[in-house]
Amino acid sequence: MKKIENVICPFCGCLCDDLEVTVEDGEITKVARGCSISRSLFLNHHKNLAKPMVDGEETSVERAIEEAASILARAQFPLIYGLSSTTCEAQGRAIELAELIRGNIDSTSSVCHANTTLAMQAVGEVSCTLGAVKNRADLVIFWGCNPIEAHNRHLTRYSGTVKGRFIQGRKDRTIVVVDVRRTRTAKAADLFLQVEPGRDYECLAALRALLKGEELDVREVGGIPIEELVSLANRMKSCKFGIIFFGMGLTMTRGKHLNVAAAIMLVRDLNRFTKFLIMPMRGHFNVAGADNVLTWQTGYPYAVNFSRDYPRYGPGEFTAVDLLARREVDAALILASDPVAHFPRKAASYLEEIPTIAIDPHRSMTTEIARVVIPTAAAGISAEGTAYRMDNIPIRLRKVVDSPYLSDEEVLERIIELVKGS
Amino acid sequence: MLKIANGEVYDPINGINGERLDIWVEGSKVVAVGEGPPDRAPDEVLDASGAIVMPGGVDIHAHIAGSKVNVGRKMRPEDHRGDVVPRTEVTHSGVGYTVPSTFVTGYRYATMGYTTVMEAAVPPLGARHTHEELNDTPIIDKGCYPLMGNNYFVLKYIERGEQEKVRAFVSWLLRATKGYAIKIVNPGGTDSWKWGKNVESIDERVIDFEVTPRQVLVALAQAHKELGLPHSIHVHCNNLGVPGNYRTTLQTMEAVGDMRIHITHAQFNSYGGTSWADFHSEAPRIAEYVNAHENVTIDVGQVIFGEATTMTADGPWQYRLHQLTGNKWANSDVEMETGAGIVPYTFRKSNLVNAIQWAIGLELMLLVEDPWRVFLTTDHPNAGPFIFYPHIIKLLMDKDFRDEVFAGCPKRARKRTMLAEINREYSLYEIAIITRAGTAKALGLKDKGHLGVGADADIAIYPKDSDPERMFSCPRYVLKGGEVVVKDGRVVKSVQGKTIYVEPPREDWIERELREEFERYYTISFENYPVQDAYLPQSEVIRCE
Repeated sequence: MKKIENVICPFCGCLCDDLEVTVEDGEITKVARGCSISRSLFLNHHKNLAKPMVDGEETSVERAIEEAASILARAQFPLIYGLSSTTCEAQGRAIELAELIRGNIDSTSSVCHANTTLAMQAVGEVSCTLGAVKNRADLVIFWGCNPIEAHNRHLTRYSGTVKGRFIQGRKDRTIVVVDVRRTRTAKAADLFLQVEPGRDYECLAALRALLKGEELDVREVGGIPIEELVSLANRMKSCKFGIIFFGMGLTMTRGKHLNVAAAIMLVRDLNRFTKFLIMPMRGHFNVAGADNVLTWQTGYPYAVNFSRDYPRYGPGEFTAVDLLARREVDAALILASDPVAHFPRKAASYLEEIPTIAIDPHRSMTTEIARVVIPTAAAGISAEGTAYRMDNIPIRLRKVVDSPYLSDEEVLERIIELVKGS
Repeated sequence: MLKIANGEVYDPINGINGERLDIWVEGSKVVAVGEGPPDRAPDEVLDASGAIVMPGGVDIHAHIAGSKVNVGRKMRPEDHRGDVVPRTEVTHSGVGYTVPSTFVTGYRYATMGYTTVMEAAVPPLGARHTHEELNDTPIIDKGCYPLMGNNYFVLKYIERGEQEKVRAFVSWLLRATKGYAIKIVNPGGTDSWKWGKNVESIDERVIDFEVTPRQVLVALAQAHKELGLPHSIHVHCNNLGVPGNYRTTLQTMEAVGDMRIHITHAQFNSYGGTSWADFHSEAPRIAEYVNAHENVTIDVGQVIFGEATTMTADGPWQYRLHQLTGNKWANSDVEMETGAGIVPYTFRKSNLVNAIQWAIGLELMLLVEDPWRVFLTTDHPNAGPFIFYPHIIKLLMDKDFRDEVFAGCPKRARKRTMLAEINREYSLYEIAIITRAGTAKALGLKDKGHLGVGADADIAIYPKDSDPERMFSCPRYVLKGGEVVVKDGRVVKSVQGKTIYVEPPREDWIERELREEFERYYTISFENYPVQDAYLPQSEVIRCE
C-alpha cells in the first residue's frame, strides 16, 4: 500500500494539487482532501473504460490507430476537437497532427470561454494568480458563475473561507453574487443581486457610468434596483482588493463577448480607484492549457485552420459547432471531450454521418457513435504531463496507477507517424 | 568533419579581426582553426569565400517564452494575420510579427545567424510554462532569468538583515526554476503594485516591508557575488519610461558600488526632462558612468519605428502606458513573486518623443567606448521585433544611413539629443562583440561567442555586402552544434537546442525556513513547485563555485 501526496486532481479548473491518494495492489482505494467529484473521479477511474473499436467491433488498439490514421490521411477538411481534458504534451501532438493533415483544430473553449478570449483580444485582461486573491481580496464578486457546485473547493482554497497573508478568513471578505437565480453560492454570499436573464450588459454599463460619477435617473437596471447598484459601485471603489470571477452567465448569454468586455472595462476603470482584477472560471482542468499551447504554437487560442499550410484564426468559421452544423468537415478526431453530449443537436448528429474517431479513457456519448474508438490512459491518473490552472499556472500531473493503454500523447504520436508514412 | 573554407573570420574573444582562416568542426565543436587536423580530409566543405565568418549571435535579453509573452500572443491576433509563415518540409508553420509563435521565433533567430537567446524574465511560479515554450523554440540554445526583485522571501530576508538567507534562497530559486541569472524588475515597485502602488525612487519604502529598492539591489548583488554566478544581476531599473529617470539609473548603478551589474534596455532609463514637453536624452551621462565603471554592462533596447508589444514585469509602468495610450492592457499579478503587464504600442518616426527614444539607443551604443560592455538588443518586443537587428547594425556602421533616417524625424529632436554630432561608425569586429562575443562573455558562456578550439560549433557565415542590413539578414550558412541548419537565409534543418541553466552551491537548509510560509501563502504545494527534469529534454548545466 502506498500513499501518494500532492496529487493533482484532473477535473476542473481549480486544479487542486493537495490530494492524497492511497493505492493498494495497483488500485486506488482512498482519496483524501479532494472534493466529492474528485474522489469519485479517482475511485471510479477504472469503471466504464472505453474499448478499442472499429465500426462497432472490438479490435486491437493498434488496428484502431491504423484505421484512425487512414481516415485522417484521406480527409480533405478534417476537424480535431476537444483537448481540454488531456495533457499539454498531447495537445501539442494534436496541433502537429492538424498541421500535417491540413485540418481544423478547436478546443472546448469554443463553447465556453471563447467569448472571454474575444473580449480580451479587444480590451485586454486585468488579472492575477489565485494566490493573490487568497492573500489580499476583501471583495469577491461571482458574476454568472456558481463555484459551490461547479468549482467545489474554489472558496475553501482560493476565494472564500481560506486564510491568506492579509486576510484572516471568511470574515475579512465580502462575497457578492450576481446571478439570474438564487444559486447555492448566492445563498452562501453576503450579498445577492438578481439580474434578469440577458440584462447583464446593462448592469455592467450602469456600474461604469456610476463610477464615472453619472447619476442614473432610473429605478432599476436589468431588474436590479438602482440603489443596489449604487451601493455595489461604492463597495467596489472602496475595497482594498476586489476581484470578479465570471462564467457562462456572462460568456454564453445575450451579449456574449460584449458582456465580458464590459466586465473587463469595468475592472479597468476601477483601477483608477483601487486594486481590482477579473478572472474567468475555466471549466475543464486543462482548457487553459489548450489555450496556451495553441497560442504559443500557432499564435491563436482556438478556431485554428491549417488548410493553407499556415495557421488561420476564424471564430465562427473554424469553430467546431459551426463546422459541424454547416456540414463542412469530412472527418473528425475527438480528443479528451464529449461533444455529442454537449453540442447542439445539428452539430452533434453530424458527427455520426462522417467518420469520427474518439480518443478517450472512458465510454461516452461520443464514443458510442464514433466509427473508431481508441482508449487511452487517463491524464493525471495514469499519465503524466502538464496542465494549466484557471489562472494559467502550470502544474505537472502525476501518474498514480498504471493503465494497460497508451497515453493520449503516445497515441497521437503513432497516428502522426502513420499519416506521414502514408 | 566539416571545414569552413576561406572565410574572413571575426572572433574577438580570440583576437581575430578579419583574417582569412579555415574553421574545422567535428561533432558539435570547433576542433581546429587555420590548419586542420593532420592526415585527415574533411567530409564536407562549406565555401566561405567572399563571406565573413562569425560565432553565432548571442542575444542577452528578449521576451520569447512564458506566460506574459503568451498573453501578448493571444491578445494580438491582429499582430499575426499580416505575417504568416507557411510550413515547409523541415519547418512548422506559424505567425509573426512582434509576438511570433514559438517555432517561428526559433527559425527567425536562426536565419539571422543567432544561435543562443536568453529569455529575459520568468515568474518562478510560471517557470514550467517558460520551459515548455523554450522546448518548442527550435534550433537556438536558450536560458532564462527568474524574477527576484519583488519576491516575498527576498524582501522578508532583506528586511531582517539575513543576507545568508537571501543567498540561500537565490540559490534555491535558481535551481527550482532551472534559471540562469538573477533578474530584477522595478525592485519593490511591482510588489507595491499588488496594492495598486509603485515606488518612485530607490530609497522609497516598499509597501508592507521596511525595505527599499536600494537594499534589494545591494542584497541581490551581494548574493550573486557569494554564489559565483556566471552573469551579473540583470536589472530593469525603477522609474522606467519616466522623464528624468536617468537619475534613478545612475543611483542604481552607484548603489552596488563595484559589484557587477547589468542594466537592461538602458534606453528606456536614460531620459531627461521633467515631462513629455521637455523630454530629452541623457544618454551621454549614462554612457559616461558606464565608461568609468568596468563592473557595469548594459544592453540598449533600441527602438524600431513601427509596431511593438510592450511586455514587462513592471506592472505599474504597464498600467501607466495603458493610461497614456488608451491601448488594450493585460495585467497579471503573480502571488508572492512578481507581476506583468502587456500593452501594444507603436513607435512613430513623426512623434518627437519616439524619435528621441530612437536616438537615445543609438547614442548609448555610440558613446559607450568599450564594446565589451554595451550590447545590441531591442528588448524584443518592447522597443521592436528582434528581426530588425540587421537594420540596427547598419545604423551603427553607416553614418550616412543614420543621418538619412534621422532626417525623417522631427527637426526639434536634434536639440534633444546629440546623435547628429556623433561620427563614429562601428567596425565588423565591434559588431561581432556587441552581438555575440561580448554578450557571451558577460553571460559567462565559455563555449559560446567565439570560434576557438572547444567552442560550440554555432557559426554564422554572412556573404560580404556593402549593405550591412542585407548582409546580416541572409546568412549563406548557419551552423548549430556543428550541423548546417540554415542555407541562404532559409532553414534547411531543424534541431532541438539546449536549455542552459546554473547550479549554484546547494543550500537545501533554506527549505526548512521556506516551507511553512510557502504552504500558507502560495496556492500550489511546495513539492509541486520546482521545475521537474522532464521539462529539460536537452540541457547544459553550469556549476558555480
